[in-house]
Amino acid sequence: MADIVLDKVTKSFPDGTTAVHGIDLEIADGEFVILVGPSGCGKSTTLNMIAGLEDITSGELRIGGQRVNDRAPKDRDIAMVFQSYALYPNMTVRENMAFPLKLAKMAKEEIDRKVGEAAKVLELTEHLDRKPANLSGGQRQRVAMGRAIVRSPKAFLMDEPLSNLDAKLRVQMRTQVSRLQKQLGTTTVYVTHDQTEAMTLGDRVVVMRGGHLQQVGDPQTLYDRPVNLFVAGFIGSPSMNFLPATVEENALRCPMGELALDDRLRRLLTAADAPRQLVLGIRPEHFEDAALVDQAGKGFTFTAPVDLVESMGSDKYVYFSVEGGPAVAADLEDLAADAGGADVPHDRANLVTRLSAESRVRGGQEARIWMNVDKIHLFDPSSGRNITLQEEEPAGVAAS
Amino acid sequence: MATLDTGPRAKLKWGLLDAVVVVFALIPVLWVVSLSLKTTATLTDGNFIPREWTLDNYRLIFQTDQFVRALINSIGIALISTLIAVVLGTMAAYAISRLDFPGKALLVGVSLLIAMFPQVSLVSPLFNIERQTGLFDTWPGLILPYITFALPLAIYTLSAFFKQIPWDLEKAAKMDGATQAEAFRKVIAPLAAPGVFTTAILVFIFCWNDFLFAISLTSTEQSRTVPVALSFFTGASQFEDPTGAISAAAVVITIPIILFVLFFQKRIVAGLTSGAVKG
Ligand SMILES: Nc1ncnc2c1ncn2[C@@H]1O[C@H](COP(=O)(O)OP(=O)(O)O)[C@@H](O)[C@H]1O
Ligand SMILES: [Mg+2]
Repeated sequence: MADIVLDKVTKSFPDGTTAVHGIDLEIADGEFVILVGPSGCGKSTTLNMIAGLEDITSGELRIGGQRVNDRAPKDRDIAMVFQSYALYPNMTVRENMAFPLKLAKMAKEEIDRKVGEAAKVLELTEHLDRKPANLSGGQRQRVAMGRAIVRSPKAFLMDEPLSNLDAKLRVQMRTQVSRLQKQLGTTTVYVTHDQTEAMTLGDRVVVMRGGHLQQVGDPQTLYDRPVNLFVAGFIGSPSMNFLPATVEENALRCPMGELALDDRLRRLLTAADAPRQLVLGIRPEHFEDAALVDQAGKGFTFTAPVDLVESMGSDKYVYFSVEGGPAVAADLEDLAADAGGADVPHDRANLVTRLSAESRVRGGQEARIWMNVDKIHLFDPSSGRNITLQEEEPAGVAAS
Repeated sequence: MATLDTGPRAKLKWGLLDAVVVVFALIPVLWVVSLSLKTTATLTDGNFIPREWTLDNYRLIFQTDQFVRALINSIGIALISTLIAVVLGTMAAYAISRLDFPGKALLVGVSLLIAMFPQVSLVSPLFNIERQTGLFDTWPGLILPYITFALPLAIYTLSAFFKQIPWDLEKAAKMDGATQAEAFRKVIAPLAAPGVFTTAILVFIFCWNDFLFAISLTSTEQSRTVPVALSFFTGASQFEDPTGAISAAAVVITIPIILFVLFFQKRIVAGLTSGAVKG
């Protein structure tokens, strides 16, 4: 077991692309850290550099306090689980799991004992003599995990290990991976592009974008206090609503109406030297059916026509489209591109709200909706910075 | 996959079609076998099934030094050429399929060029070169041009096989503690084996069957291979018709090929790599 430190680690490929720009990251001994970000943001490259499968262009990588930039993967004592599982097809499950031990020249009985133990933990005992081709996807995934844990390495690296499983199995394996990691207490770096996986698994989540760190923090911090538009939009499902907002004399004009500027907001706006045009962000759960709110005075209430109601049983997702056009910012375009680039009409903004199941709101009708003004975030559209975070101590590390 | 009609009528239709193809392909071979078993007197009687059976032709060719010596040359030259071409081809193909090195496109292009070059146009220059360098009428004198022409073939077949082996397996082996060499030996090589055997068969057949180089670059029994020796065959005496003996020799030289294919066929298990990655 060991800690892993990335010190201004950069990767440039021979073709000129720089996939990772000077990343600083400290992973404590025994910690479970998730690298998350849209596809192509450099997660795998970062992981491969830690593994030793890719050279580090500049910067320093330390494992257990020692600089390992120039060490071959086999001298780093790290195990890796691949997205494709990469099982050796010509070997049985037993031979697959024994392979790293054999290479380490371990005694035969010792190997048998360790493989047996790992197989038991992963419920693979009765499949030990089968070839990977005859296993189901979930079983193959477990063999890949088994091959990693038999060695008791200093750290585990996992590159989207669950993304080839179907949705149900994925949720099941997610808990298993989490339990296994807690049980073994081995430092783990886990890569995924799925923010749900990131939020549910990790002690700490690292959000990456275009080869840069965006924010590092525990899942709740990322959710409650995103440092910029990108993190705010990437974390959470359904994602945060973004609306255009204009700062006026004593109010903030947004598509729902005019929000009064309270002292806190006014102070933040002055401190941040904010532009007049802002992006307002608010999560779906910070809305409620006005009829169900007691102290409606504390928030902001508006009326809007309901587009669609989706009842989930426990609560209702209610969709509105509001006058005033979608918020415009470069970060938002990136997010939309990552989400599949849904075409939104240009004169209206979509609003997703999560209301209590008791709400009587129906599609096609006007609804009175309450919004918790304390929970709004204001972002600078050009830099993407979250202005509402300024007064408090910075949440996690923010890199440009 | 499209499923074919498997009713009895369809079966009959396919059976007939298969039989026609097999008979069509085998008639010349069977005819040669039949000729080799006929006595000299009945050689030209036109019967497909010999009326008088004899093994004299076989006895005769193994008594002549000429044939035995040619057989040894053939086996030796073909085996050595195959071995060298496959070893070099494996290394080249591995590099081509795994690495991005400067001049890779050029290498692939040139080897393709060699494969397409008409061999006959090289015969005279090779003849002159080998005369000058003393390679003429020696084993290396044939092995070298065979390797030259077999290598592109080997590189092409092998790189197709290597490309099927997932890159991740090699990375996994490295993470499991293998050196580059161990990763190749313990993980990649066993998976590439079917490709190597297939290539070996193709190269061996190419060398074994060659007539053009063999007749142009040899002059004595010292390095003459069987296809050439056959063309120089005479009967037991000068006045005897050598057809029976030639047929027997022709039968004999197909046997190593059949053995070679049968021997390696077991190792060519298709789909050996299935199950390596998701799926
Ligand atoms: N061998 C390579 N040569 C050039 N560019 C590469 C190479 N590998 C990855 N890249 C580029 O680096 C960026 C990051 O890739 P990667 O780390 O695989 O992303 P992720 O795993 O986050 O989806 C991508 O833009 C990709 O195109
Ligand atoms: Mg990746």
